[in-house]
Amino acid sequence: MSTVPTSEVELLDNELDADLRATVRSFLSERCEPAEVVKAYDGDSSLAPVLWKGLSVELGLAGLLVPESYGGAGASAREAAVVLEELGRSVAPVPFLTSAVVATSALLVAPTEKGVELLGGLAAGERTAALVVPLTATTTQPLEPEEVTVRSVAGALEADTLLVPVATPAGTEVRAVPAGQATITPVSSLDMTRQLADVRLDPAAGEIVVSAEHGADAVRSALLAGAALMASEQVGVAQWCLTATVEYLKVRRQFGRIVGGYQALKHRLADLYTGVEGAGAAARYAAGALALGNEEEAQIATHVAAAYCGDLAVTAAEEAVQLHGGIGMTWEHPAHLYLKRAKADQIAFGLPGLHRDRLGALVDL
Amino acid sequence: MKPEDLTARVEEFLAAHDPAATPPGEFLHARYRAGLAWVAFPEGYGGLGLPRAMQPQVDKLFAAAGAPDNNPRRNGIGLGMAAPTILAYGTPEQKSRFLEPLWCGDEIWCQLFSEPGAGSDLAGLATRAVLDGDEWVVNGQKVWTSGAHNADFAILVARTDPDVPKHRGLTYFLCNMHDPGVEVRPLRQITGEAEFNEVFLTDVRIPDAHRLGAVGQGWEVANATLNNERVAIGGAAMPREGGMLGLVAESWRTHPDNHTPELRDRLLKLWVESEVARLTGTRLRQKLAVGQPGPEGSAMKLTFAKVNQQLTGLDLELRGEEGLRYEDGDGWAMVRPEHVDFGGRDAVYRYLRAKGNSIEGGTSEILRNIVAERVLGLPGEHRVDKDVSWKEIPR
Repeated sequence: MSTVPTSEVELLDNELDADLRATVRSFLSERCEPAEVVKAYDGDSSLAPVLWKGLSVELGLAGLLVPESYGGAGASAREAAVVLEELGRSVAPVPFLTSAVVATSALLVAPTEKGVELLGGLAAGERTAALVVPLTATTTQPLEPEEVTVRSVAGALEADTLLVPVATPAGTEVRAVPAGQATITPVSSLDMTRQLADVRLDPAAGEIVVSAEHGADAVRSALLAGAALMASEQVGVAQWCLTATVEYLKVRRQFGRIVGGYQALKHRLADLYTGVEGAGAAARYAAGALALGNEEEAQIATHVAAAYCGDLAVTAAEEAVQLHGGIGMTWEHPAHLYLKRAKADQIAFGLPGLHRDRLGALVDL
Repeated sequence: MKPEDLTARVEEFLAAHDPAATPPGEFLHARYRAGLAWVAFPEGYGGLGLPRAMQPQVDKLFAAAGAPDNNPRRNGIGLGMAAPTILAYGTPEQKSRFLEPLWCGDEIWCQLFSEPGAGSDLAGLATRAVLDGDEWVVNGQKVWTSGAHNADFAILVARTDPDVPKHRGLTYFLCNMHDPGVEVRPLRQITGEAEFNEVFLTDVRIPDAHRLGAVGQGWEVANATLNNERVAIGGAAMPREGGMLGLVAESWRTHPDNHTPELRDRLLKLWVESEVARLTGTRLRQKLAVGQPGPEGSAMKLTFAKVNQQLTGLDLELRGEEGLRYEDGDGWAMVRPEHVDFGGRDAVYRYLRAKGNSIEGGTSEILRNIVAERVLGLPGEHRVDKDVSWKEIPR
């Protein structure tokens, strides 16, 4: 069985990570208020484009995974993980995961000339892309080259370019179809902060951005990056839930006592803290393994992180709703935004049980 | 120091002390004096003041050279708990006197903390120490003392002032287990064996020079030990699929006839949890690099106990009919083991021994209180005994 010495993977923030985190956190605390985020559920999604422009252009985060030679920042999955923790903490409605991680990772495997051009546009924040697969996808599912509808695609509503895996006799090609040439129908989604869409398009309409020789690898790599780094988003969601619940239970009084002093609640929060700490280590390790580029180790680490963090974030959000009592059930309190994100994330890129099953195959169990 | 410089230093040492030709005791003492024993310890006390993370590199080089080791399993309490506490609170004389024979395995240590009337409420303990000239006279009873039957010294907490509230009247001592008045009796456990002991202390005289920390500072010193203990129990570095998980994964692979999807998913859940715990431990060690563990170690130990108990229970199920038989070694016979080994003997032993994991070193219930109060800052438990003198507490 493969083992990478974990001493090679730094599981804590270094100085640059801490700076990046502080920048993103301060940006989101000013521009991504829960009261604004919740409006997406009532049909007002005006926050998303403004927020995404700020993150991608002003802060230059869209190009983290793109090498400098293609016009990007030349950073790695580690830095993207730091950003995603912060985005999760704010349930920010931005297409960072779908465009700057998943679509970008698909292009990075072996871009054609057009693919390189697109990467430059993505890195600069001038363009936004989405991979046209259901959010639940875990394997390459190339489309036949005829008009087709793909259900429950994440990031398509924000994208100007749709990346479509297409089956050809030579293998899976990835084509870039302009969003304007597709019919993109918004879906009333469990998580409106990552709203899904049904996408109807003709794959033949696009330009080839990854050739048939590399397309299957490209999609596999994109889905691996998506699952690996979504774990960091889940950590951010769980951290918010833990912190908000602890803070609330320190001020809420019943029976003349601070509620957080009751042992039944303290023990639940201690268990939740233990889980959140574990999730943080697992997610960061998955990002680190991805950054090191050892495919088998990255897969093991991703299955571990996805299996663990997916369930943990849901537990954290469900505990947050329960332990806030009546107010946790209200529209006004932000806990529900995290519950909806956590539950949707758990189902995205493969259920925890599926990741365990695939892990078992890799570790001979 | 760079890794390559450390390697060079170990190689230089090995060139001067041929492991094959040097008597083991002599070799270990020389290694200690060269600062290559526990490299995170300061110079002069067996170390070089390096980050903890560099220790495995040194251990690997010595192991590869076929060097004798200090048989760390025999002295887990000494190495994991007594040593860091002596380093943190000892006088220069105490550090010089105790650390070298401890690391070299010449002196084995045990822990005289718990009492029949003071388990979770350790600070309520009743063993008395009374100053008589420059010696303390100690009387009381300790329990759950792992390895007392092999120990030369003990870390001991005793009450030196019953007139102040319980946490303030404690003092920490280093007790010679061979002194008159120390009586060790086996305490049989649910495994059949007697790894634990009861220790009766009757007019044991401990020189004041063997007091660790100030009079009345015992609770603080004991907490340093307990934080180290929790890290030692829950936070040991290990390879992927190492420890208990490795044993249970092996059971799965060697019992294909018993496979069911339900057992496999439970095993994989525990595989994931073990790997997450391992990574959490790695991260905690990166955070600690040097310095004393804080209450975060309690969370590690909580996870360790839970996962170990679930793994050992699953192991019996994976083994099917074999899981019903306790035949390895001495079965139910009362033996007194040389060392504590959670992964030792057979699967029935491991299942039963793991029940202790959520009790020893702080019950899981107390650890959840510690995490909630000291890490998350939630209010403390309602207490009736905190501000009254110890002797007025009903018992």
